[in-house]
Formats: sequence, structure tokens, C-alpha cells
Amino acid sequence: MIEQFKEWEKNRHEYAKEWKERTGGKVMGYFCTYVPEEILYAAGILPVRILGSHEPQDVTEPHIFAMFCPFCRDCLAQGLKGRYDYLNGIIIAQSCLHIRQTFWSWEKHVGVEYSKFFIMPHKIQSKDAAEFLRGEMEDLKKEIEEWTGQEITQEALENAIAVYNKNRELMRQLYELRKEPNPPISGEEAMEITMAQQMVDKAEHNKALEELLAKLPSRTDRPSGTRLMIVGSEDDDLTFLNMVEKCGGLFVIDDHCTGSRYFWNQVIPEEDALMALSKRYINRPPCPTKDWEERKRIPHVLKLAKEWDVAGAIIMQQKFCDPHELDFVAIKKALEDNGVPTLFLEFDVTVPIGQFRIRAEAFLEMIGEEDLF
Amino acid sequence: MEGAEDKYPTEPLKCWNKSKELRLKYYQDYVEAHDKGGLRWGGGAWTFDAVPAGLGDDVYPITSEPYGATLAFDKELSLECMEASEVKGYPRDLCSYMRNYWGSIIIDKFAFGYKDGEFMPRFAGAEPLPFPKPDFLWQDHICCSHAKWYQVVSELEGGIPTFSVDNAVGPAHEINDRKIKFVVEQLKEGIGFLEKTTGRDYNDELLYKAIRNHFVSTSKWAEICELNKAIPAPLDEKSIYSLYVFGTLQKAGQQVADFYEKDLLPEIQDRVKRGIAAVPNECFRVMSDTQPPWSFLKVFRYLEKFGCVSVGSLYTFALIGQWEVKEDGSWGPKTIPDVEFTSREQALYEYVKYELHKPEWQHFYSCHLKSDMMVRIAKEWKLDGAMLHYNRGCEGLSVGIAENRLALLDAGFPVMAFEGNNADEREFDEARTKAKIDAFMETLGAK
Repeated sequence: MIEQFKEWEKNRHEYAKEWKERTGGKVMGYFCTYVPEEILYAAGILPVRILGSHEPQDVTEPHIFAMFCPFCRDCLAQGLKGRYDYLNGIIIAQSCLHIRQTFWSWEKHVGVEYSKFFIMPHKIQSKDAAEFLRGEMEDLKKEIEEWTGQEITQEALENAIAVYNKNRELMRQLYELRKEPNPPISGEEAMEITMAQQMVDKAEHNKALEELLAKLPSRTDRPSGTRLMIVGSEDDDLTFLNMVEKCGGLFVIDDHCTGSRYFWNQVIPEEDALMALSKRYINRPPCPTKDWEERKRIPHVLKLAKEWDVAGAIIMQQKFCDPHELDFVAIKKALEDNGVPTLFLEFDVTVPIGQFRIRAEAFLEMIGEEDLF
Repeated sequence: MEGAEDKYPTEPLKCWNKSKELRLKYYQDYVEAHDKGGLRWGGGAWTFDAVPAGLGDDVYPITSEPYGATLAFDKELSLECMEASEVKGYPRDLCSYMRNYWGSIIIDKFAFGYKDGEFMPRFAGAEPLPFPKPDFLWQDHICCSHAKWYQVVSELEGGIPTFSVDNAVGPAHEINDRKIKFVVEQLKEGIGFLEKTTGRDYNDELLYKAIRNHFVSTSKWAEICELNKAIPAPLDEKSIYSLYVFGTLQKAGQQVADFYEKDLLPEIQDRVKRGIAAVPNECFRVMSDTQPPWSFLKVFRYLEKFGCVSVGSLYTFALIGQWEVKEDGSWGPKTIPDVEFTSREQALYEYVKYELHKPEWQHFYSCHLKSDMMVRIAKEWKLDGAMLHYNRGCEGLSVGIAENRLALLDAGFPVMAFEGNNADEREFDEARTKAKIDAFMETLGAK
């Protein structure tokens, strides 16, 4: 059912190289989902999310102090090992401290034609944030035009926004199906699709998604299990999701930057396309680094939990991920106060699957207790 | 091991006692503010503290990082605070100043109190006061923890009005009108918040005065640190820690500007003129990086056995100090803007434009900018090496530190890295650090 997405996710590098050869375009690696990809796409660039490989490695120790998160080290390892040697450029949007180290070390030790630290404001709750971000986007657009030697026309930008909006709309449709009592797709499969979404040309992803959405309603071999939510840091740990779903859980919703936060809201078109784009990134479900003074993640997470009718939530976080450590205490309390039991797990590059299985099974048993007795 | 022989005259700092009195008065003013009808507020060491100054001369801050460090120095109380934060569910790899600060609220014990009517630190024998709740919170945000720190403080205290300013608008060489105005607009909005929260009318003249104090404090502190280029160094870093702190407490305060300009600067100039050394057996000069492990400042005295003086760091020079490249290409104090303030908007614009050049804000955009500044310090302050504190207690200042190490090595400076924690003494291994120092000193040629 989702072979195409799996193929893209598993062979992400082959896809990008093939795309490059096929189109003659540039490929840009990005480290954070606050990067306004639409500007790159409008310039004929393929944006690809740089993710780790979940393998132990020994190349990043001289570059990143070990108290920073395993994800940022895993990503850098990919660069140092030459797995992204096809990239023409890298870009990061200002978010957490951890991942920016990957960007800096990549700039210096891997090397690319173009690199950009994009200033995404932190105070997205400021009345002036959208206007400020619009200006930063305008500067980025000019820089990209200079780098590629091609003007990004209004038409190209509007087209890019339309392609991305379509992708978000289709992904929301997919996630809507997960509200069903017997969702036609597992959490692991949904993760494969969201990961592929961040690695391939959105137009191709749209086509595959439309085909999938047409097939899913008639799917008979539907997964089943206790309905779960997963909330936390960057998460592309398919092995973990697979394990929990084999133990009797079924992830039906998430709040991750590799998941729903990436595509949740659309660009609402307006005459000033950059302003419309800016408002989209300001108003998206926030990363904890940007969720202040008011905590807006909590009502969003509670809404997801309620609408997707979850029986429990797994709060996962990358080890040492301060932004999420600053959120999870409040999120855990909010979920539990609203009748959603939680299980907290700390992730590393590889997860102790045996230990986590025991904890996941115990959690699922605990959730099921009321039904039993 | 034999100690290196004295080569230079030395003498204690004359303004040392005054500095101690100033520091204690700062906390006492905060504690007693309400008794005199005044206000008290909480915020970070980097916050735009000239802005709340416009509420009146009776408005007193407590800045979070120095308070977290003060707690760290009181080991027993710090441990109680750390454990209280952990019981609430906060992980122990979070900022250790923050965990100390939160813990102090949770256990409701302040690091100061009274003994026989005299205000003093708890570790000096005072019964600790309950944590004096701020009337409002006024914070900046450039590190991931900054605004979130006070989000939690507000929650722990049952809801304190909070305003945080996003100052992460880009590195100094990319500053433009748009970036400055984004911060200025937030500060203007913040003034509205302050008026509404406190019910007071805002006084722009007090704002102007505070901004001028800010210019003086930050520039004069840099001028003081520049004097440490002299051989022998008139100041050692352990002493510098007790002096730079005023800029972190209240850089827009008149008392801080005056102390730096009228007391400390002339005294250090005089020491340089007379060749007075901080460490009389100075043979080797090094710098550190990030906050020190506050409970183990004695490692700096240990260095002196080898004739080694830590002359400072980007951290102590430029956490608050403002610098610029002078005509001869060297680093010196930033020129105080020669500008008359004519309106709130214009004053805030000048304030922000000046502040966005803060050297210790630059590495949030690129660790390579920090490496360049560290190599510059190593050259201009004539250093033999660097001791970098891989500080588990502060991600904001440790970010990129491994690349800084590589850059210093590339530039030809030996580097000793030691792991620890600025405010959580459970994560510092004194014996191991001393063993590392022994080996490092041997590398530098000390006997």
C-alpha cells in the first residue's frame, strides 16, 4: 500500500541524486522545518530534510560536545560520512541550539557551495513577527536568486505555495482517516509517508498521496490496537513505532516536527505572497523553542488527543533536548489532568528496544485495565 | 611540585570591599523594595534592563543567572534546590542556574536573609527568607531556555505577568533597520505591558538615563578588561568573576556605571602603570571559556602554583562588555554613542542598535564568529593556551565549544578541555580536573 513512500524513505539519497540528474536542478539540505521551503522550490531547488541514520557512529565527537542531543550528532555524522555529497547547499532556520551545531560543523568540515542561517523569529506571539519574517524571507529570496542566477517570479512562488498547500491538504486528509475507529493506516506507515514527504519533490509526493487516498477506504487488512498519540522531539524512529504497534498499540496521531507539525496548516493566499507565507510559518503549531509567553502547544496537543480519541500518549524526547524538557512537564500534566495517561521515554540514536518493549507493554496493560476489570 | 617564584609586585584591590557591599546591597534592595513602596522584578542578565528603569527609581531587579550562581556557591542550599526541581520532574541536564532558581522558589528559600538584623547570605549564617516573589517578569530570549525559564517561574508562582523580548535577530554584521525595529517594537509594546501591570506612568527621562548608564557600564567594563593585555596582568579571572558580575546584575544601574567608571577603571589603570600583578609569579597566561564551576573556583588558585594566570575569557570580557575593532585592528571598548535622546523611539533604537553587537550573542548565529574572537583574544592578550570548560550546565554558552577548541588548536594554541557544570556541583570532578591541569601545565613548560 505504501511501497512508494517506503522506497523514497529508504533510498532517499538515490532519489535526490536521480532527481538532480533528471532535472539539472540544485538540491538543498535543510535542518529545521521552519525553513520556508516554498522559496527554494520556486527557484527550482529540491529541499531535502537532513535526518540521521540511527546507527552508532564515531565521527562527531570532535565537533559536538556530548551533552547535546543525539539527533544533531547523528545528522552531522551523515554529512561527515559523505552520504549527502550531492547537496549544493544547506540551510537552517533559527530554532534550537542543538541542531545549529550540525549546520556549523557541516559548513566547515563537509563544505557546500551555499549555506544559510535563516533568521526565523522566536517570538512568534509578537504582533510584529509576521512582518519581520516577511522581510527575512525577502532577503532569502534575493540571495537564492543571486545564487541560482534566476529570478523567482511571482508566478513561480504562487505555484510553489499551491504545490505545498496541496501536499498539506492531502496529508490532513490522510490524518483525518486516522480518526476512524479502525484506521486504514498504522503509525509506522504514517511516519514513512511524512518522512518521504520531507525528502522528495512535493509534486511527486502529491501524486502518490492522491493514489493512496483513493485506495485506503477499501483497505481490508487494517491495523488495530490501543489508540495512542506520540508527542515530543524530532522523531523518525520507525523501529520504535513498529515495536509498540506489534505490542498492541496503534499510533493514530502525533505532535512532532517530523510529523504533523510539519504540514498542519496551510498558506492562506493573499496578494503579498511572501506575507502569506510568513503568516503560515508564524501560525503553524509551534516548536517548544517558540512557544512563549503563552503555552499554545498544550491546547493544540489536547485537541489532537480528543479529536483522535486516544487512550494514551507516549511522550518521547531526544536525550538532552532542552526545548522539549522545558515543555514535557507541563504537557504531561495537562494530558493526565484531561484523562490521558502518559508514558515518558528518552530516545537516543538507537533505542533499547527490549527495555522499551517492557515499558510499552506495561503501559498498554495499564491503559487496558479498566476494560479488564 | 615547587611553586614558581614571584617576579612582580602584587597588592589587593582597593575597591574590593566596596564591590562586596554593592553586591549585597543589590539583593537587599530587591528584598526590601516592597517595604519602601517600591517594585521588584525578575529577568535575565541579558535583559533590556534600562526599560523597567523608566518605572521609577524604586524599581529593583533580581537577575536570574547571577542568582543561580549565588545559590551554586551555597552548596548545601543548591543541592536542596536541584533536588526540589528534579522532584517536580525537571531533568537534571537542563540549565543548572535555572534549576537552582526554580528550586529556590519551590522550597521557598532565598539565598539571603538576616542575622541579628543584618542582611547577609544564608551561608554566612542568616536564616533564609522566603523567596521574594517578583511583581513582574521582564526577560530576553536568545538562548532556548531564556523565555521558557520565566514561563515556568510564572507557573510556579501561580502566574506572574511576564513579557519576553526576542533579541535573536541575527549577527552584528547583518544588522539592519528591520532587525533593530523588530526589537524596538517589542520594547515599546513591553513598556505598555509595564504600565498596565504596575499601574505606573512611564518616565522617558529615567529610560534615557538608564540607557546612558548601560553604555557606560558595558563600554567601561571592556576598557577594564582591555587593560589585562598588560604583562603582568593586573587582574586574574577569579577576581574578575567578582567584578564582571555587576554588569549581569544591573548594567543600566547608576551604581554599576559609576563603580566601573569611577572606582575600578582608575584603579586598574594605576595597577598597570605601576606594574602590579594579580599573580606575582606570572609565567603563563591562559583564558577559560563559559561560566566556571562556581563551587570550585579554587582551581584558578591551583593554576597559580604553576605561575599560570587565567587573564579572562570571551565570557568574562564580553558577556556584558561591548567591544569594537579599533583603527589599528585591535579589540577595544566600544565607543559610547555620542547622541542626545529626543524621543522614546529614538532612544530605544540607539539602545538596541548598540546592544545587538554584544560579542557573546554572536555565537548563537555561528560558532565560527566566536572562534574568531577567541583566537583574537589569545593573540592580543598574549596567551599560552586555553582551558575550555565543557559546561553541562549551560547549553547557551557551550554551544559550538568543540568547534572553538578545534579553531584554537588550528591557530596554534594548546587547549585543555575539562567537563563540569557551572552550578551543579554533582557534575564536577575536582581531582580529575586538577590532574588535567597538571598535565596541561607540563605541556606549557611549567615544572
